Amino acid sequence: MALLEIRNLHARVKDKEILRGIDMTVEAGEVHAIMGPNGSGKSTLAQVLAGRITYEVTQGTVRYDGKDLLAMKPEDRAREGVFMAFQYPVEIPGVGNAYFLKAALNAIRRYRGQPELDAMEFLELVNDRMKLLALDESFMKRSLNDGFSGGEKKRNEIFQMAVIQPRLAVLDETDSGLDIDALRVVSNGINTLRSKDRAMVVVTHYARLLEYVTPDVVHVLSNGRIVKSGGKELAHELEKTGYAWLETPDSGAKPAAV
Amino acid sequence: MVSKAAIQEAFASQEYKHGFFTELDEDMAPKGLNEDIVRLISRKKKEPEWMLEWRLRAYRHWLTMKEPTWANVHYAPIDYQDIIYYAAPRPKKPVESLEDVDPEIRAMYDKLGIPLQEQEQLAGVAVDAVLDSVSVATTFSKKLEDLGILFSSFSEAVLRHPDLVRKYLGSVVPFNDNFFAGLNSAVFSDGSFAYVPPGVRCPMELSTYFRINAADTGQFERTLIVADKGAYVSYLEGCTAPIRDKNQLHAAVVELVALDDAEVKYSTIQNWYPGDKEGKGGIFNFVTKRGKALGVNSKISWTQVETGSAITWKYPSCILQGDNSVGEFYSVALTNNYQQADTGTKMTHIGKNTRSTIIAKGISAGHGQNTYRGMVKILKGATGARNYSQCDSLLLGSKCGAHTFPNIEVTEPTAQMEHEASTSKIGDDQLFYCQQRGLTPEDATNMIVNGFCKQVFLNLPMEFAVEAQKLIQVSLNLEGTVG
Repeated sequence: MALLEIRNLHARVKDKEILRGIDMTVEAGEVHAIMGPNGSGKSTLAQVLAGRITYEVTQGTVRYDGKDLLAMKPEDRAREGVFMAFQYPVEIPGVGNAYFLKAALNAIRRYRGQPELDAMEFLELVNDRMKLLALDESFMKRSLNDGFSGGEKKRNEIFQMAVIQPRLAVLDETDSGLDIDALRVVSNGINTLRSKDRAMVVVTHYARLLEYVTPDVVHVLSNGRIVKSGGKELAHELEKTGYAWLETPDSGAKPAAV
Repeated sequence: MVSKAAIQEAFASQEYKHGFFTELDEDMAPKGLNEDIVRLISRKKKEPEWMLEWRLRAYRHWLTMKEPTWANVHYAPIDYQDIIYYAAPRPKKPVESLEDVDPEIRAMYDKLGIPLQEQEQLAGVAVDAVLDSVSVATTFSKKLEDLGILFSSFSEAVLRHPDLVRKYLGSVVPFNDNFFAGLNSAVFSDGSFAYVPPGVRCPMELSTYFRINAADTGQFERTLIVADKGAYVSYLEGCTAPIRDKNQLHAAVVELVALDDAEVKYSTIQNWYPGDKEGKGGIFNFVTKRGKALGVNSKISWTQVETGSAITWKYPSCILQGDNSVGEFYSVALTNNYQQADTGTKMTHIGKNTRSTIIAKGISAGHGQNTYRGMVKILKGATGARNYSQCDSLLLGSKCGAHTFPNIEVTEPTAQMEHEASTSKIGDDQLFYCQQRGLTPEDATNMIVNGFCKQVFLNLPMEFAVEAQKLIQVSLNLEGTVG
């Protein structure tokens, strides 16, 4: 049984249909990249998997580890092991980074019937993960994402993923806004977390991230459908050709700027 | 799926945790107010002639005053002749130790979780417990006395330390200050008095728990705290009240005085009955609190967490008279259901190099209306005076409101003023982000609200900060109401 099975998934915002029949199967241990032009539905797919209510699923099914993912509340999806690294992580002033992450981790542990971690156990756990993402202790004491640079926010997302250890990680444009050094740190974090039990769905506009994180499968999304799937070489191809070739006369989509 | 609207609906369905009523044998005055009632109160307290005279002068002046209408609060007219102005619990015999306190009163305190026990000593808290209008127990007085610190009920201080009381009573809030202060000056029942002698640092947090108990009984507390030269005192005030159908008036006066190099820190957690979810009942809290930083290098610091009362009208203020004196105001005001709060502060800079800081946080939920009203006045001659003001509002839902009226009057050209303000909503983005990390929307809301209040909580004494955090959570208790 695949870890994630998406069948004929349709979703819309208000009257606008954005996903128009997505089919995708992700096995544990695999990294899938979702590429496509702006407005193709990449981020919508990520948000639908995480359970954002802005998007209404009108058709199709998503099975995660054999369970009906769409029937679960967002927090229960997280507790079942689905993690999304946000494209725009929110800021919560006055709530410490460490405090937030400990609360999240313990909420997940409670759900799974595991004992909650106390402050010492938590610090031990996070210490080497901090090193992995090149974060120092002062970082933990700052308010969640409050006043963070774009790079710090993205590093924090991958750091949270490293602590939470999800089974399915959905990374939404994690490479956007990163300079080359930050991209290396973040990619290194992602690669370290690759394992045979864990699957990753990496949403990205550019192939840049995929030079560091080698995908097993690349899907090209256009106008709400997967129009092409292939190996890692597909990413390089796209880098050369851009997305303009995707446009078909009946799609109604404007040529995407790349 | 949990919508934000559903969460906000849930705010309306909370119950007041301290809503119970204890039967006590009350010694009550008849309803209404006239000179005879003022005399009765004074006689009941065996007050000296000067005290009665002061009350009567206050009463006569009050008759000429009008209830203020400028606040951003709305309520039916109060019939001041329909209020009982004096009620005292009748102890069987004079109270000498905790064992002598009426068991029913002690049980009530236990229900409220008030530590009126020996554990206080460990916690470092001395409680002058006020039930209705008369102090029923005063603890730790002897220990404090060894340091020369006077801490007692106000009535006792009138009898035992008349010189100190006469010197400072009304020196910060005169009886003609405002309508509610005038009323209080005429009919105040009891309250607390603290005096810390020169050079003494009070080793424990002094604390009073107020509790309104008898139906239809106005509560008129009077508190006076004086820190003599080089002295320090931190004072805690916490309040709860049982559920009532009829609105209850509360008009307290608190006066703080800090002489040269002295500091008074005053912290409040106010959790009186706010009324039910339709806006019925609840306490009217019309309070005058003011501190005078009289001496050079003196400091007055107010911290308040206001979650209760149907209507709050309260502006803990500082008169910065001494050169280099410091005034601080840290506030969290939460309004839910149909609560209304008009609160803030007034900083009056008179001395040179005086500094003031204002951090005001307003949280509105349900149909709550939250107003910050501030006045920073820098008088001519207050050279080098500085003020920093920050007012932040957090809205939960779309039926509540936040209003800010920051006033500034500067007549000293060397003054420096800074003002920051923000209004935010708990966003869908924030809630979804927290949910995606495994937290429920309820936990996320509590977390965001606590984060919003943090700057103020940091100024509370440790154990009070924990209580405040819990109180905010209880006031926004969402558990089991959405799903």
